[in-house]
Amino acid sequence: MILSQYRSHLVKFQSLIALVLLCIGIGLLSDKFFTVDNGWNVMRQISVNICISVGMTLVVLTGGIDLSVGSVLAIGGAIAAGLLKFGIEIPSGNLYIGFTLLGSILGGLVIGSLLGLFNGWAITKFKVPPFVATLAMLTIARGFTMLYTKGFPVSNLGDSFAYIGTGWFIGIPVPVWISAIVIVVAIIITQKTALGRYIYAIGGNEHASKLSGINISKVKIIVYGIAGMLAAVGGIIVTSRLDSAQPNAGMSYELDAIAAVVIGGTSLSGGRGTIMGTVLGALIIGVLNNGLVLLNVSPFWQQVVKGGVILLAVIIDKANSKND
Amino acid sequence: MLAARHISKKFSGVTALDDINLELLAGKVTAIIGENGAGKSTLMKILSGVYDDYEGDVIYKGNKVRFKNPREAQNAGIAIIHQELNLIPYLSVTENLFLGRELKNAIGFLDKKTMRLKAETLLQKLKLSVPADTIIADLKVGQQQVVEIAKALLYDAEVIIMDEPTSAISESEVEILYGIITDLRKENKAVVYISHKLNELFKIADNYIVLRDGRTIESGEMKGMTHDGIIHKMVGRDIDIIRNSNAVKERNVLLKVDKLCLGKAGNTQKNILNNICFELYKGEILGIFGLMGAGRTELMEVLLGLHPDLTKATITLDKNIVRFTSAKDAIQAGMALVPEDRKKDGLILGLDIKTNISLSSIDQHASTGLIDHGAELTKAHHYIKALRIKTTSEKQTVKNLSGGNQQKVVIAKCLATKPKVLMLDEPTRGIDINAKNEIYKLISELAASGLGIIMVSSELPEILAISDRILVMAEGCMTGEFEAVNATEDNLLKAAIPKTI
Repeated sequence: MILSQYRSHLVKFQSLIALVLLCIGIGLLSDKFFTVDNGWNVMRQISVNICISVGMTLVVLTGGIDLSVGSVLAIGGAIAAGLLKFGIEIPSGNLYIGFTLLGSILGGLVIGSLLGLFNGWAITKFKVPPFVATLAMLTIARGFTMLYTKGFPVSNLGDSFAYIGTGWFIGIPVPVWISAIVIVVAIIITQKTALGRYIYAIGGNEHASKLSGINISKVKIIVYGIAGMLAAVGGIIVTSRLDSAQPNAGMSYELDAIAAVVIGGTSLSGGRGTIMGTVLGALIIGVLNNGLVLLNVSPFWQQVVKGGVILLAVIIDKANSKND
Repeated sequence: MLAARHISKKFSGVTALDDINLELLAGKVTAIIGENGAGKSTLMKILSGVYDDYEGDVIYKGNKVRFKNPREAQNAGIAIIHQELNLIPYLSVTENLFLGRELKNAIGFLDKKTMRLKAETLLQKLKLSVPADTIIADLKVGQQQVVEIAKALLYDAEVIIMDEPTSAISESEVEILYGIITDLRKENKAVVYISHKLNELFKIADNYIVLRDGRTIESGEMKGMTHDGIIHKMVGRDIDIIRNSNAVKERNVLLKVDKLCLGKAGNTQKNILNNICFELYKGEILGIFGLMGAGRTELMEVLLGLHPDLTKATITLDKNIVRFTSAKDAIQAGMALVPEDRKKDGLILGLDIKTNISLSSIDQHASTGLIDHGAELTKAHHYIKALRIKTTSEKQTVKNLSGGNQQKVVIAKCLATKPKVLMLDEPTRGIDINAKNEIYKLISELAASGLGIIMVSSELPEILAISDRILVMAEGCMTGEFEAVNATEDNLLKAAIPKTI
């Protein structure tokens, strides 16, 4: 009895324990790891992945997947940068609309949300499997990014824009603030709102949810919309940090996001998982990346190790849920 | 050829079969007759190796056998053709016939030529005139069934069990099936034929066995039996539930359904539900009886706003004409459904009791946008107490509850939406007798509180015991209406058995 209680606590905190062990291990091998600078460094690096993977968690909880987040990230960043730098010019009407910093950020977020909503619409209206719908969007959004930027980076965006990715606020980097806000809002949504309840219910049993009077389509569309918006948030952070919107930004970021979700214990079939789990998953990936660099491990081996960790996390998770 | 001696089988304490004896003779067609839940399919599953933990003996060709799995039974020569066909839709007839037992040539590749030849010979014998490389999905259901039979013959099956073989095929296909069965009889195979349609049994069966409540009631030769005689043997048991006494005194119409039709998707000719009209009074328990496939579940679904595009009906709820385009609509208007399959349609098994109870009504506690967890908890406690749900805590995952308690959670979820009409589809399926009685008591209490209750059931004693009024359905139509005092098992079953073949 006591043993099983002990066990269930162990299971509950397994990602946290893994993270702590990982930190201790790297700390023993490298004296540069446990420094304040490096700590902020890791946090800043994972802030983008946190934004994306929190959105991904909501999608995965409904039993879906969003492969388009990397491309949506790119277009969100590009639109924000483009609006800020060039505004909108309509040559025929001799019209020019300029954008403030806030306006251009909002523009990026709106585009990200719209693309996400479109994903949700295609998935619910035409019953396109999420994998396929978002795979299509991965290509479409990347294409639009190239069209919008004509394939060139949009650079030199000014100090106030750079503040988002590189600035500090009350002793903490701004991107860390942003990811903290995203985490808190997402936890409130999942734990405290009817929407959150419906997300878990749909992932747990979609048909029963429908018979219980839940508007499945609405919930899914909103969730994909949120995922799109959070991808754009990530895009704006990336663009600001580099002071440049790269047309090929965010390539394969969806894989890191899915990895964080999976390592965090969220079931890919939906209905089970937490935001905090995903945050821990993102931290584990971030610390691992950082540690392997500090230890001078070859980038090729880094990939092998990362893949192994993902596999291990799922195997442990499966073994635990079998004992349930 | 195949005999069962003193077979008994329990499912987690509930007796499904009790001392069954049965004898299948070579060259004879044996009909197995019984209501839903009489134990027919459990018995067939034992004979075909699906269950291997039972008491008693199965004797096959004089030897005691105990098949560990369907494959063993198949290899021994016992084939079952399920109501739901087990074919792979996008493989060809030949590929399906040889699935899992493909012929190979000397170097280990598939010997397609021999397989096709064998398949063609078989199809010819069964008079199915399609090429052997036709894709299964392109065949009609009746033709698919012939392929299933061909599969059984390919295994050299000596015993062929057919479960409701005519439920999905047209009349002309039924005639072809009869022809095949007659041929099988000539080849000295033992055929088991399970069907609700008594007329078919008179046409095709030599012997019969009537099962009731998991017991063999009678067996004998079909010759000389009458329609009514068999029905009498199928029912005629004592009811051990107290008859509902608080019949409605005042008849206030709560729900009126007029000319309800439900079309079939992609088929404009045939309706699943035809011209259904009925009224439900306040405080009444209206029983709806019918055999499987009569359209009862579909009627419940339509009343919950599912299939809005295929439905035509005038529904009046509490004097207002209503039109539901989704389950959400219907629930908001005051309808609630406890679905037939609680695990699949009623519950989120991985979530806890509290969350499941408030699933349909969480909006009530989220007027500010955030869920008022205190109010939600109070509600959960209220229903756990009121419905006597046995659990240690409201945080218990519903997966770990017993069937009866799970059903109560579904009922709590429905009640939490404050419905006017509560529909229950087979509310006591798969739960033990004590829990059943608790559910009956609960239903009576709810009706007494003024709810209109529609209870669909295929268990006659149950429907007779607690309904105030009973409607009978058959093949998508209403075929009878009885006041509780006039209803008997005999006349309900007569109305429920389709007259046409």
